[in-house]
Amino acid sequence: MSQLHTVNKSPLERNTLESAITHAVKGNALLMIEDGVYGAMRDTHKSDIVSDAMDDISFYVMGPDLKARGIDETRIIDGIKIVDYSGFVALVAKHDATQSWL
Amino acid sequence: MPETKKFLYVNRKAPYGTIYALESLEVVLIGAAFEQDVSLAFLDDGVYQITKGQNTKDIGMKNFSPTYKALGDYDVNKIYVEQESLDARGLTLDDLLPLTWEDEDDDWAEKESIKVISAAEMAKIMEQSDVVFSF
Amino acid sequence: MKFSVMISEGPYTHQASDTAYNFTKAALEDGHECFRIFFYHDGVNNGTRLASPPQDDRNIINRWSALAKEYKLDLVLCVAAAQRRGIADADEAKRNGKNADNIASGFRISGLGQLIEAGIQSDRLITFGD
Repeated sequence: MSQLHTVNKSPLERNTLESAITHAVKGNALLMIEDGVYGAMRDTHKSDIVSDAMDDISFYVMGPDLKARGIDETRIIDGIKIVDYSGFVALVAKHDATQSWL
Repeated sequence: MPETKKFLYVNRKAPYGTIYALESLEVVLIGAAFEQDVSLAFLDDGVYQITKGQNTKDIGMKNFSPTYKALGDYDVNKIYVEQESLDARGLTLDDLLPLTWEDEDDDWAEKESIKVISAAEMAKIMEQSDVVFSF
Repeated sequence: MKFSVMISEGPYTHQASDTAYNFTKAALEDGHECFRIFFYHDGVNNGTRLASPPQDDRNIINRWSALAKEYKLDLVLCVAAAQRRGIADADEAKRNGKNADNIASGFRISGLGQLIEAGIQSDRLITFGD
């Protein structure tokens, strides 16, 4: 079994990113959507929780949500892959179940 | 029909401030009739849903916490509560509602539904689920 | 692959319905099948035909109705959640003694069992909420 976790809140506002990372197991994927994309930025007080988990979890971020919020791709933590809605669908299809961290 | 699926209801929000806890419980009760393999997870602020001593009289809302005690009658008896979430909130098992079920294969012996588990164990339960409901 | 989607928030306040729409549209365009879209909690507010957003804004409700028509989607509003929030079709209005209904085209009202069934029948269920 392999799961996809989605996070839609900024890690500076809520603990969903931290909680999702704590409960993701090796080989899982985590996709940041909506306000969750702020969690993909480097140099924030929460960037390390993503960097530290990268060996075990594959991180993805929604490109359209980054663009809408004026976040340039150069400010994204190295190793996070940018996807569009079709890529989102592919991630859901690829994993056995999706858990939304609301 | 496909074979039985593992349904996991993830509860991470406190009651009353928002409706998610109440309407989530309504799904669990309806879902119980579908004879799937059902588990409930309480973590983060979700542990506040099943604390003892809730009295909503003065806020004019319905106290739905007694309904959790009926879950055993619906054969919903795998209730996982995360230790780290209790610890972070200064709670222990004694602060939670006593949730039990009667085992018909064991002369209707009354058994505890709640299992307090670590975050790592919770992660495994989530990983093994076919369908995860979060509200 | 067969998908189902649950939407837990109403239109405009949260991005949930927008993301769910963009996700569903992409899934359908990529050749996947959509078993059901289930609207719960404030999500039932996506099914009122009385919304009149400004001309220069997207019309979230009409967008769902159009997608449902194009792909024959099953858009289901939870009856208990809809009753609480004043969303009714003609039958519900009559049953509850109301003098009007407001359900938008392409939506129907049904029970929570439809959500459980979606979980059982679909290969994947994904939730969009707050």
